[in-house]
Amino acid sequence: MLTLTSPVETPWHRLPAGAKLAALMLFGLLVMASEKLLPIGTAALLVLALYLPGGRLLLAQGARMLWPLWPFALALMVFGWWDGRPGHAGLITLRMLTLVAAANLVTMTTRLTDMLAVFERLARPLAPLLPPRRLAMAFALVIRFVPVMAETTARLRDAWRARSPRRPAWHIVMPVLLGALDIADQSADALRARGGADGSPGGKES
Amino acid sequence: MERSLTHIALMAAVLAALAVMPQIALPFGVPITATSLGVMLCGTVLGARNGFLAVLLYLLLGLAGLPVFAGGKSGIGPFMGPSAGFLIGYPITALVIGWLVERTTLPVGWAAGAASVIGGIGVLYLSGIPAMAWVLDISLAQAAFYCGSFLPGDMIKAVLAGVITASLAKARPASLLSRA
Repeated sequence: MLTLTSPVETPWHRLPAGAKLAALMLFGLLVMASEKLLPIGTAALLVLALYLPGGRLLLAQGARMLWPLWPFALALMVFGWWDGRPGHAGLITLRMLTLVAAANLVTMTTRLTDMLAVFERLARPLAPLLPPRRLAMAFALVIRFVPVMAETTARLRDAWRARSPRRPAWHIVMPVLLGALDIADQSADALRARGGADGSPGGKES
Repeated sequence: MERSLTHIALMAAVLAALAVMPQIALPFGVPITATSLGVMLCGTVLGARNGFLAVLLYLLLGLAGLPVFAGGKSGIGPFMGPSAGFLIGYPITALVIGWLVERTTLPVGWAAGAASVIGGIGVLYLSGIPAMAWVLDISLAQAAFYCGSFLPGDMIKAVLAGVITASLAKARPASLLSRA
């Protein structure tokens, strides 16, 4: 399955995922604490500079990922004009774009598996409550079944379109759900037959 | 135990499929994305604990970079944007909805619909609106005004969650873990 990791190799790809996440958090806290042009402008330029090693491709991908924020930029402009401080609205728009762009850069330069490994490491103190193997199994199951359910949904939409000129409606949610619940029951049996989710034979039913 | 694990994983996958599919039509023809409908269904179908875990699992995979958020988005970006409060509120929404469905003795459809209104609108907006006001540095009233445009759609989704859960209770009573 396609993830958003950028195919363009940058030096940031080689940094450990945990370090990038920690840096991003610190950056986010600092930027959210400021409402002045100098710190926010500096932060924006810094993020832009960090995108540069990826060249034009990475910049374009980064810009595309910011595009869905336009309704918020528009709302900020309207509210800013309403409150009589449009400059402030522009500044907050820049702050929003800077933060999301920085977060997107971390996502684009970190592989899905590396990020999941960080989560698994962070969840280790919870081991008595949540066995690490079960968490890894849950991640693997979802990664496997997201394309399956997307495919099921797409087929149901096609079946709908073959019969109706109108847009597929909410009715298709029910068959999607039924299919998923059947797969869930079958996979549970299959897992149990293979020694259970924790890899130990004789997994208990609950 | 295997059964609750696979149900959690499959509902997380359903949530992803509903979130990324192109818009669907509600009654009256209003097009919407179905993410919050999926969150409501996680609660009504799986119950409090498993519904919460299913939505959390979905969020973690999206956070890690699997493109499962509305419109095929993913990663850390959405968690740092103005809608972050809604994302973070999703698991709690499913938890509250599941808890309510487990507790009431109302017929399952009514229980699911009412719980979805309380959780999917009450709880979700309670976490989404203040976060939006903070990120965008606007007043709570302005953020509420912005989110108000989603209210009619969310009302209809809550009703649909009730209808879908009721027909699921008929078709697969054993799969409705919230009332098992």
